[in-house]
Formats: sequence, structure tokens, C-alpha cells
Amino acid sequence: MIEYKRVAKSPVELTKQDFVSDQMVKWCPGCGAHAILAAVGNVFPRIGYRKENFAMVSGIGCSSRFPYYVDTFGFHGIHGRAAAIASGLKISNPGLSVWMATGDGDSMAIGGNHFIHILRRNIDVNILLFNNQIYGLTKGQFSPTTPMGTVTKTSPYGTIEHPFTVSGLVMGSQGTFFARVPDNNIKLMAEVMYEAAKHDGTSVIEILQNCVIFADKIHEHITARDFREDRQLFLKHGEPMIFGKNRDRGIIINGTRLEVVEIGANGINEKDLLVHDQYSKDPGIHRMLGWMKAPDFPVAVGVIRSAPFDTYDDLTEQQIETAKKTSRIKTVNDLLRSGDTWEI
Amino acid sequence: MGKRHDVRELEDVVVKFVGDSGDGMQLTGTLFSEVAALSGNDLATFPDFPAEIRAPHNTIAGVSGFQVHMGQRKIYTSGDMCDVLVAMNPASLKANLKWAKPGSTLVIDSSAFDEKTIGKAGYVQNPLEDGSLDGYLVIKAPITSMTHEALSGLGVDKRLAERTKNMFVLGLMFNLFERDIAKPLEFIKEKFTDRPKVVQANQAALQAGYHFAENTEAIKVSFRVGPAPMEKGLYRNIHGNIATAWGLLAAAERSGRPLFLGSYPITPATEILMELSKHKSLGAKVFQAEDEIAGICSAIGASFGGSMAVTTTSGPGLSLKSEALGLAVITELPLVIVNVQRAGPSTGMPTKSEQSDLMQALFGRNGESPLMIMAASSSANCFYYAYMASKYAMEHMTPVILLTDGYLGFGSELFRIPDVNDLPAINPPMADSNDKNFKPYRRDEKTLVRKWAPPGVEGLRHRIGGLEKTNIDGNVSTDPLNHQLMTNIREEKVARIADYIPLQEIHGEDSGELLVVGWGGTEGALRSTVSAMQEKGHSISHAHFNYIKPLPKNTREILSGFKKIVVCELNNGQFVNYLRMLYPGFTYHQFNKVQGLPFHVQELTETFTKLLEEK
Repeated sequence: MIEYKRVAKSPVELTKQDFVSDQMVKWCPGCGAHAILAAVGNVFPRIGYRKENFAMVSGIGCSSRFPYYVDTFGFHGIHGRAAAIASGLKISNPGLSVWMATGDGDSMAIGGNHFIHILRRNIDVNILLFNNQIYGLTKGQFSPTTPMGTVTKTSPYGTIEHPFTVSGLVMGSQGTFFARVPDNNIKLMAEVMYEAAKHDGTSVIEILQNCVIFADKIHEHITARDFREDRQLFLKHGEPMIFGKNRDRGIIINGTRLEVVEIGANGINEKDLLVHDQYSKDPGIHRMLGWMKAPDFPVAVGVIRSAPFDTYDDLTEQQIETAKKTSRIKTVNDLLRSGDTWEI
Repeated sequence: MGKRHDVRELEDVVVKFVGDSGDGMQLTGTLFSEVAALSGNDLATFPDFPAEIRAPHNTIAGVSGFQVHMGQRKIYTSGDMCDVLVAMNPASLKANLKWAKPGSTLVIDSSAFDEKTIGKAGYVQNPLEDGSLDGYLVIKAPITSMTHEALSGLGVDKRLAERTKNMFVLGLMFNLFERDIAKPLEFIKEKFTDRPKVVQANQAALQAGYHFAENTEAIKVSFRVGPAPMEKGLYRNIHGNIATAWGLLAAAERSGRPLFLGSYPITPATEILMELSKHKSLGAKVFQAEDEIAGICSAIGASFGGSMAVTTTSGPGLSLKSEALGLAVITELPLVIVNVQRAGPSTGMPTKSEQSDLMQALFGRNGESPLMIMAASSSANCFYYAYMASKYAMEHMTPVILLTDGYLGFGSELFRIPDVNDLPAINPPMADSNDKNFKPYRRDEKTLVRKWAPPGVEGLRHRIGGLEKTNIDGNVSTDPLNHQLMTNIREEKVARIADYIPLQEIHGEDSGELLVVGWGGTEGALRSTVSAMQEKGHSISHAHFNYIKPLPKNTREILSGFKKIVVCELNNGQFVNYLRMLYPGFTYHQFNKVQGLPFHVQELTETFTKLLEEK
């Protein structure tokens, strides 16, 4: 159970059932979003807040139907603006645990400005970023994360845009929490969601989500069960970075670059490997971990960064508390009568 | 002052201070006005500054001005043409002489007129010598050089001495208007409290100016403006934007809902954002957003969260907020949008005023998207209308656009300070916790208003959003008949606010030859014109609208009482076309002006006189 000074704890133990809404889930069969919903159902009761203190905010897109499917307070916003809506909700009502469901187009194309600024301000909102590398709801146009050269309905000759790496954008915006998880690993998803809830500040969880209709198997080369141990680096705070089916490979730093090494070969042993420090304020290694791409590197999953910084919402409360103690202006009547006034 | 034979008793007088943008004209004008107010005058002020922060020295582009209209009668506007023009350099004289009445008094810093500055202002010859000012009463005073002289014994550097010349001219003006200088001397001490040298220099300059005027033979005139009859009470001078900010704070306090402002800096609305940022002790949460859209969207989030949410902007910002306004309409959340209008389109003239966003406020959204629209009509009543906009937004669960403008926002006038507890009560329709009957779109039968159920309240979990919802239950729906029903309800809900707003008042007889119709920031100019014409016996009345959507219920009745109607607006005819749409069958004359300038009494008088004469 998470202790947080401003969010009230549930007086009773909650279950998954407490968060099931009465709405029919309308995502396509096989869509990765179903797994995300399942993970949220698992983790919300564990977090331990009163169920009325959860609020779910979204923008537009397949991801953004999410609030209808969770029985919390929910707000389905407009395209790209979920981060701004969630910011206002959290600042105005800091006693809430605010969650945001968004997609790659919603948060990084039309909502790019709000996305980078919520991160910079470090407002305590947990962002579930469904990255399926495509516009699904509008039926298959390329998004800011679609790999270069991909043929879509608006790129019949292949895209000619360099895609965003989500972690790069998050860390470039001075994000304090970043985790990545494939949609076929519900256990890890629930785990990083719990970590995100624990983190004070904006958390981004990039979910490598499959769109069965318009971008099927787009993450397959990373997520397929047969070789996921070889293609993913499961990060755990305080543990050396080891991966591979036989746990025989690891990550070291060589000069200014990360490097994949074979444990036991060329005199390398476990002690030489990088040990994951998710709480480091310095984002240097976190950036490099986030950037690791197939086929040269395994893709880092789990919590990559969870650095402690002041949050905007907390500083807001502090400034107000201080001003209330020190200012002579306690009411609007005091304000109206301050400064130069005269009787007639 | 006994030596002056020419003592002019004035009903009212317009004084304009103009100089280079670094000359401190705003401070000079403010102090001059403050002392006038303390002497019992009614007054209104308006600053006239360039968009550039520091344009090149001594050029027309760099001229900054401050106008004050004060009187021993009720003052409605900051005045058209000035009676006294104080010009600190050739450029400011050149730019402003056209605003000085024929025969008016010019106070000129003659030491600022040399070949270089005269040339930079675009004069071919020195206007002080070529006879071009013969029609005026010119008081030439070497203000800059005398300021340096007065400060010579104090050991202040040249730069500081240069910067106190505005105090010299202020001292001179106080003498000219027979004012006591004890208060401004005190003010200088307070303003520069930790800089004794600056206090000393400014005070010395002020006194030197005062005594110069006292002793010089060059000044043969003095002006006397007595106290105006004013309702008893506690007063202060207030700018429209500050009044707006304070009205919002008062509404938050009375409603018990915390204030949240999401806003992005934009001229001429920024002062509201800056002012509210100061008042954390009153619990105001101010979020300077990354853009206009985030300003309104954060406010919508805060409104969902149970705060009294506000976003402030000007025309271009309102354009950016359009989509989100629709979201506030469909989610039926309270939200106050203050639009301090400026001259458009696009960036237009940011520091100049206009009333051209009315159609945008009414119709500038996709879909059938009704919301309430109000307009403040004086700098001081921005307080009241900001308060009332908040009240209607919360009590009727609707976005409300409050239209003010740059003229009201930057201008100031005297404000009789109310007791916040005497203002109308505000009762937001909060849902009770664990209300078994709660549904997101269940409504009050009479008002059609739904309940406000912020997250955190037990037993009220629900989802709302931008998709069409079923009435009562609030489930997502594309049912054709439900959409028709919800569209009708949203329109009707706003229309029913008409039962809760005051009836339209009329200034003058309720029937006659000519009805002058206006709305928003032009009230002062229209009222002074109509009052003056009424005194001359003309059959003319004035109806000034503060409630635009819905309109007061007696609007048709008011329009019916007159042979002619003229609708006056600082746009190309937006309110008049709105009236044509809602109340066809009347012939509406128009008077429109789109110059970034307020109406002048003279042009209005000519227009109305002509309409009265024509058969």
C-alpha cells in the first residue's frame, strides 16, 4: 500500500471488482489495450487509495476510451489536451490520484506541447502511453512513432519522418519517471504502474501496444515470447544488467557508450556490468538505456528512471500555506481595502 | 498664487501627459490622478503606450502617454480631446497635438527641443518658434535643465537627475491645479523606501517644479476643479483588469469554491494573470500554462475537480480556445472565460481596443454550442461583472464568456469599495455524497442545471467527456433523438438564465424619437453624449447591454418604444446583426468605428443629431 500525504487511504480493502465499470469494452478483439485495462484492475486495489480518489483523464484515440472502462471518476477530453486537463485537475485537487490514458498521436503529435510541459513541471500525474505506432481510431495513418519508411494510408511511398523515441522525448523534457513495458507482460505492467503511483511527479509508462488491425506485430521483434529474453533487458533497481535466455549477456559502459557483452568472455564477469540505479537524478545512463534499440541492443523494459524532484502540485500547496500564514490579506474585503483608499 | 488673474473654474478637465517611453509618464499621470481623487474629483484615466517596451529615443514610435479626465461632476470616460497637454519632447508634441483642443494649454519642456530631437520627431522647424502653436496657451519651461539645476547641490548623478524631470513637471502641474503636494511627497518616500538618494532627488525635483510655477511670470493661469458630488463611502482608484481579478476572487470566496486560473500571457489581458498570481493568501491557484489551449484545458480539469475555474485571454487566444470551449459546453461544467478584446484580426493592434470578438463569442465554435455571454461596461464594474459571470457559471453549470476590452482593462476610474458579504450569494449546485439518485446529467426541472460532482466525493463516481451523452445517465450515445434532445436542452438551459438576470434598464424616457443602443466598453462615451443631448431637450434615450446571451427579457419591449434605433459599436456591426437575427422587424441604424480608438462625444453627437433631424 502506498503512503502519500495528500491522498486518502481506503478504509476497506478493495478488489479488482471495485473498479469494473458497467460499460461494454469496445476495443477490437486482440487489441493490446485489453491487457492494460487488466493491469490497471490489478494494481488500483493494491495502491490502497479510496476508490473515489482515483481520477482517469484521457484525450482522443483508441487509448482514450479508457476512462469509460474503469469505475473511477473519469474525464474524456479532446485530442491532445489530456495532459493539460489532468494538470488542472491535479493542481486544483491534490488529494486525487490522477491517471491519464493517451496514445502516441494524442500525446506526441497534437498534444506534444502539453506533454513536454507536464513533464518539465513534474505534476503528479501517471501517464499510460499506449504506443502502437499508428493512428488506429482514424484507421491507419502514420504517427510520430511510426518507423521510417513504413507504408500507411497517408504514406503510400513509406514515411519520410524520423520517429520519436518516447524515452528520448521524456528525458529531453526533464521527465522524472519513465518506464517501458510490452503489452503481453501484464505482471510487469502492473509492477511498473505501482512504481509510477509511488513516484511523486509525472510518470510516463510507455506500453508497447499491438494494434491488430493497422499495425499488427509492430513490436513483435521485441515482444514475441520465443525470444523476448534475448531482445529485452528487464531492469531492476540495484541489480546488474543481465539479459538473454541463458542470462549470459550484459550491459557495460565503455567510454561514453553502452555495450553488450558476453558474460565470461574476454575476461568480463558480472562485477563489470552496469548496476541499475533508477533513482539517479543524473539522467545520463537513463537516456542511454532508453535509447537502446534492436538489433544491436536489447530494449530496456521496467522502470528506467524514477528520480526524486519537487513536484509542481506540492510546491503550489506549500506556497499557499506559507502565504496564508504570513500575509495580512486574509479575505477579499482585506484586499479591497489595502493600499490607497479614502472616505468620501 | 494671488498674482494670477486668470483662475479658471472648471466643471471637468482632461489632462494628458506625454513623453518618451522612458520618461515616467505613467507614474506621473498616476500620481496626478491620485491627488485629484484625494481632492474629491471624480475621474477616469487611460494610458496610451507603444507596443514596444523601449522604442528608439525621441521618436514618434517611442511616445508614451497618460490621460486623466477629472471633474466636479460624474466622469464617464477618460475624455476625448485634452485641455492641458504636457509634452516632454518634440516627438510627443508632434504625436499628440491633434488630441489637444484648440486654445488648450500646452506645458512644454523647452530644454528638450534641440536640432537633433526636433529632427528625430520629423519637424522641419522648431514648433516652439515657427508660430505653429499660436492658437494655444503655451507654457514653455526648461524642465530638464531646471531639474539638473535643482538637484545640483545634492550630489546625484546625471542619470538620476535626468530621470526625475517627470517629478519636476508634476510639481509644476500641482501648482497649476492648486493641489497640495504633501501626499505625493509622502508617496515618493514610500515608493523608493530603501533608496534614500532617489527619494531625496525626486522630492527635490517635485518641490522645485512646484516653486518654479509659483514664481515664474510665464504662468498666468491656474485651474480649479472642485469636489464632485459622490455617494458616501470608501473609495479607491482601480484599473479594469485589476477589478476583474478582484471580482473573481470575491466570487470564489462567496461560493466557497477555490479559484483556479489557467492562463497564458497576452496583451491586454495579462494584468489579470499577474494580479491573481499575487493572491496565494486567498488560496488562488494560478497556472501560467504553456499556451492558450492549456490555459483553458487546465481550467476545465480544475472545474471538473470542483474549483471555480477561469481562463483569461484576448481575441487571438479566444480563437485558440474554441475547441475546448465546446468541451466545457458539452460537459456542462462551470467556467469563466474573460476576453479582454483588442483590435484584430490576427495579431492586429494588441494595445488598441475594439469590440470585434462578439460574433466569435457567440458563434465561434463547432456544433450547436450555446454559452452565456456578458460584457462589462466600465473599468470599475469589471469587478461586478466578473463576480456575476462566476455566479452564473457555477449556478447554471455553463461556460460564461465575459467580454471586456483593452480600453476598460487599461483604464482606471474611482471605485466605491463594496463589502463582499453584501454581494449576491453564490450557491453552486453541489451533489450530495452518496446521493442514490445522482446521475451525471440528471437536471433541475426549472433551470435544467445538472449537479456538480467533483472527484473525491463518495458515491458519485461517473464519467463525462466530449462525446455526446445520454440525458440523465450520461452514457456515450450516438442515438439521433438523444442528440436532438441534448442539443435542445443545452440551448434551453442557457436561454432560461434570462429568468435570473436583471431586466434591461434604459437611461431616459422609455419611448421617444431615438434609442441609442450600445454594449460593453462604450457605455461612458454613449452615456455622456446622450445625457448632454437630453439636457438640451432632445428626445433620445440610451440602452446599454451588459447581458448579451441571453438578452434581457424586455429587450423587444425596449426596442419597440422608439421611432429610430441606432446601434453603436467599435466593430463593423456585430451586435446589430445579432439583434436583427433575434428581433427582426425593427429598422436598425448603425454607427461603427474600427480605428482602435474609443468613441468621441463629438462624433456621436453629430451622428445622433443627424438621425434626429432626418425624417
